[in-house]
Amino acid sequence: MDTCRYLLVGDSAVTVEFSREILPETSQKIRALKEQIASARISGVLETVPAYCSLLVHYDPTVIQYGQLVEQLKKLQTGIVGKAFPPSVVMELPVCYDERFGPDLEYVARYHGITREEVISLHSSQDYLVYMLGFIAGFPYLGGMDERLATPRLETPRLCIEGGSVGIAGKQTGIYPVSSPGGWRLIGRTPLKLYDPTQEKIALLDAGCYIHFRPVELEEYRAIQRQVEENRYTCKTWLKEV
Amino acid sequence: MGILIQTPGVLTTVQDLGRMGHQACGVSPSGAMDQKSTRLANILVGNRENEGVLEVTLGGTSIVFRRSNVIAICGAPAPAVLDRQPVPFYKALSVQAGQTLSFQYAPQGMRTYIAFAGGLDIPLVMGSRSTHLKSGIGGFHGRKLQQGDYIGFRSPRAYLPHQELRRVEEEHFPRSGETVSIRLLLGPQEDAFTKLGQGTLFESLYEISQNSDRMGYRLIGQPIESKNGSDIITDGIALGSVQIPPSGLPIIMMADRQTTGGYAKIATVITQDISLLAQCPPGVKLRFVQCDVETAQALRIAGRRNIEALIRRFQHMTGSSYWVQVNGKTYFVTLEAGT
Repeated sequence: MDTCRYLLVGDSAVTVEFSREILPETSQKIRALKEQIASARISGVLETVPAYCSLLVHYDPTVIQYGQLVEQLKKLQTGIVGKAFPPSVVMELPVCYDERFGPDLEYVARYHGITREEVISLHSSQDYLVYMLGFIAGFPYLGGMDERLATPRLETPRLCIEGGSVGIAGKQTGIYPVSSPGGWRLIGRTPLKLYDPTQEKIALLDAGCYIHFRPVELEEYRAIQRQVEENRYTCKTWLKEV
Repeated sequence: MGILIQTPGVLTTVQDLGRMGHQACGVSPSGAMDQKSTRLANILVGNRENEGVLEVTLGGTSIVFRRSNVIAICGAPAPAVLDRQPVPFYKALSVQAGQTLSFQYAPQGMRTYIAFAGGLDIPLVMGSRSTHLKSGIGGFHGRKLQQGDYIGFRSPRAYLPHQELRRVEEEHFPRSGETVSIRLLLGPQEDAFTKLGQGTLFESLYEISQNSDRMGYRLIGQPIESKNGSDIITDGIALGSVQIPPSGLPIIMMADRQTTGGYAKIATVITQDISLLAQCPPGVKLRFVQCDVETAQALRIAGRRNIEALIRRFQHMTGSSYWVQVNGKTYFVTLEAGT
């Protein structure tokens, strides 16, 4: 039996909690409910925010009240039980693992007693699930890194890390969407913009999609960077095989 | 032509009712801390409720008008003069090019809002004019206003029809040291805390710390006991969420909040009390009172009806409306043609 909990978040939001464990299946259910809510166009629902195990639904209580909303959400939620989830999208992110972008690649390799090439190969052979975006605009919380790459953070964080930098922090890998301070071990950089407030779709990624890192040489990195600047680059995507 | 910032004060920013619809991408809503005062100021000058206003924190700001317009000031009563003349709050008034509007320090409340008829010439970023300081987005180049900043008017008015009738009752705001009641709904993670911990929240007083800002109000008082620490798997955050970090001391999430977080949230401030909370300066003591969702939503609906009634009043205003004083109380009266 598929049960979820409806948690009261003040008078203008409700959290639909699917589990208390971080699992790809939970992420699928959250994505499915988010899509159901969007297509049901429940009047009064303002926006929905996916997280690891739950979906936060913001609503206007002058239009729809708590009891009515939960009733509608329960109907939608029952509607997704037992149904096959639509396949997830995989997005290809070119990453240049050159020294100038990945100053800690050497450290990560030495830390695990492997070669730089092996680090790159381990890091770019996985599909990473985007569980949610948060912390700062466009920042993806990723799951699925090979445990052989787990590396502790820097003892002293860097003051400025360029947007697009790809790094490792403990058991996670991630990408800095904009320049910011941070303590991740940097291994490369993508020329793509994960966050662009001037675009209609401000974040490149969505919760529930996967990303795949494709290693590129410096020359290709520069070429893609130019295309991105000129708004000519289209991210390569395909459907995830189940 | 519009306004020139002569003295920015501690913190003056451009805000509207917030940048909604992008929280799934991690974009903070930001927006005016006291949305009620923002709405009132805009309605008084005939703007949409969501028009961009100046949010002046604790007074101390002065601005020079480079063009005439109609303005209204609501919120914290920081004594204000236009050149040398004291300026009334909660009322539409005409200002002339060349005049200077100066605020002193606000003895009560925390934030003063200035609305300009026709709005400020500030570009929309993701549909909003609000400034989010931490990410440097929106408002005036994503930052707080500085001396010499210039903001144009979009469509200024010299005078509004029946302008003298465009006024509303003044509001009163708390001062440092006073005790204020704020209503909470338990949840979403009240079960992460012991009965004792939940009791502490409602039975003790919490003082607003100096370390409070537009992102969060940090509180000083009795730590709240959790069952097994207050870390949770990161989830979504709403306006007014009362987060409990490992110290046990609550942080209330305000306008510039992050969209998700990993601390358990024991309760949430009801929407109707957010504007009052936003007007509480550091040193105010909060007494939390438990509320239920039906009451909170009924209060919110009643608040909305009042705002809508006000909008209608100004839309239908004719020459036969008056302010009448009876036994010391002020009433707004409209004479209608009868048979």
